[in-house]
Amino acid sequence: MIQVSELTKDFGTRRAVDSITFGAKKGEILGFLGPNGAGKTTTMRILSGYMPPTSGSVKIGGYDVIENSLEVRRLVGYLPETIPLYPDMTVFEYLKFMADLRQLKNADDRVDEVLEMVQMTDRAEGYIGNISKGMRQRVGLAQALLHKPEVLILDEPTIGLDPAQIIEVRKLIQQVGKQHTVLLSTHILSEAQQICNRVLIINKGHIVAEDTPEHLQARLTGSQKVLLKIKGNIDELVPVIKKVPGIRSVSSVAGGDTLEFETTPNQEARPGVARAVINAGFDLLDLHPESISLEEIFLQLTRDEPPTPDSKASDSGSADNLH
Amino acid sequence: MRNIWTIAKRELKAYFISPIAYVLIFMIMLTLSIFFFIDIYYAVNTQGYIPDIKRTLELLVFPLFFLAIPAITMRTMAEENRMGTIELLLTAPVRDWELVIGKWLGSVLFFMIIIAITLIYPLVLNPMISPGVDIGLLASGYLGIILLMFAMCAIGVFISTLFSNLIAALIVSLIVILVLWIVGVPGQLLTNSLGSFLSFLSFSDHYYNTFLTGILDLKDVVFYLTFTAMGLFFGTISVEVKRWK
Repeated sequence: MIQVSELTKDFGTRRAVDSITFGAKKGEILGFLGPNGAGKTTTMRILSGYMPPTSGSVKIGGYDVIENSLEVRRLVGYLPETIPLYPDMTVFEYLKFMADLRQLKNADDRVDEVLEMVQMTDRAEGYIGNISKGMRQRVGLAQALLHKPEVLILDEPTIGLDPAQIIEVRKLIQQVGKQHTVLLSTHILSEAQQICNRVLIINKGHIVAEDTPEHLQARLTGSQKVLLKIKGNIDELVPVIKKVPGIRSVSSVAGGDTLEFETTPNQEARPGVARAVINAGFDLLDLHPESISLEEIFLQLTRDEPPTPDSKASDSGSADNLH
Repeated sequence: MRNIWTIAKRELKAYFISPIAYVLIFMIMLTLSIFFFIDIYYAVNTQGYIPDIKRTLELLVFPLFFLAIPAITMRTMAEENRMGTIELLLTAPVRDWELVIGKWLGSVLFFMIIIAITLIYPLVLNPMISPGVDIGLLASGYLGIILLMFAMCAIGVFISTLFSNLIAALIVSLIVILVLWIVGVPGQLLTNSLGSFLSFLSFSDHYYNTFLTGILDLKDVVFYLTFTAMGLFFGTISVEVKRWK
């Protein structure tokens, strides 16, 4: 549905997006993760037909974004990060205006439908200048959904919403995602984890990682980290654990009764640890593996500077391992 | 095509939501009314003086429309740029020229409403003078105003596409229209071919010397329509160029 090949975008001398390649199938929910300035919004603006790429090819539904811009714009529902709206129109008037621009039949009914979907039916007659940020977000989302687009491009769709609304919007996105392709950008890593089928991590105009959230976690954790909680003095246990085969390191976690140990790759050390704990006479309360969070992956991948000629390329190797 | 109308309709509604429309209409009508009244008063008290609808038309053109048109057109595109709603319009399936023409049409319709309201003056004047208002002059005078207004709106919309600051759009529009207005003056002073070219460009001459005197000349119609087309054309180009930046 979405095919991006070596997309590059320069603003004068600044290269915002550097030769990125990715795709999304129909019905996929693709997440864009990246720090501010990474190139997410620029990429989305190009995909939505707002601006053309400097080089590379972008196809949506088979239509090229430059040559068939109008068709692409018909296929795409877009919610910009800034949520631009007209403050002098009512919510209903604005949605009707956008529906008319898309030449929808039965515009009035469709507007009522999307208002229902974003739960703004009772605020339809209010002026956009008077509504809260969360409501503006929902109106913006409603606008993107009006023409039942094949592809939804949402730039930070849940920013500014309260927790209840966030859950609603995520449910909505998942629902819509069943029949349509969704590309959304977010800073909230748990959100990407929850709703996206696949995640693209972007940094400084490059795609740094691309995979399902689960695979990303698996790929980055060579070794397994396990948390151990007992009743008693945990410090006495440290030398005992260290003796268990397959343990790479042991450290205590703040709290006094919890230890974290790291196993060498592909070693299942938990049974050995459990036996060691019991044999040493301690009460075992908890023993579970800790998965590396997407947050840690994100930070790891986006913190590294690309190696410059005269600096040591130290841990930038971890980013390279993923490709 | 429908998109042009959708945009024009929304533009017109927006004018009447803000106070600017009412203020402008009020000021224009107030000014015209005062001078109309003075004209008639003078005619009543002076032997041999017949009030003429020409005065109203002249005043409407300058300074009223001259000032009002940039004041209205300044926001047509600059406001969208400023508010960021241009991103919505440019990602909607609307062609760039549909957007520009729609904005132009909205402002044109607004000024047509004002022009229609000013018809009250010849209506009132007609029974007061004999043999009545010169219908030929009236028709050509109003046609000229309409064409002049078309061109000025197009120029205003084009300049609006260049800015996101409304005041900048306003000032540049005023300057451009002013230059076009008085370019005939140096044209008259210079007797060479440059002089006659400049005279030819004069926005004011093409109105005052012809339409306002009852002369309907095709070249004047084409003159204003050409400027209209140029304004809309450059406006469209300007929007497209902004995409590529």
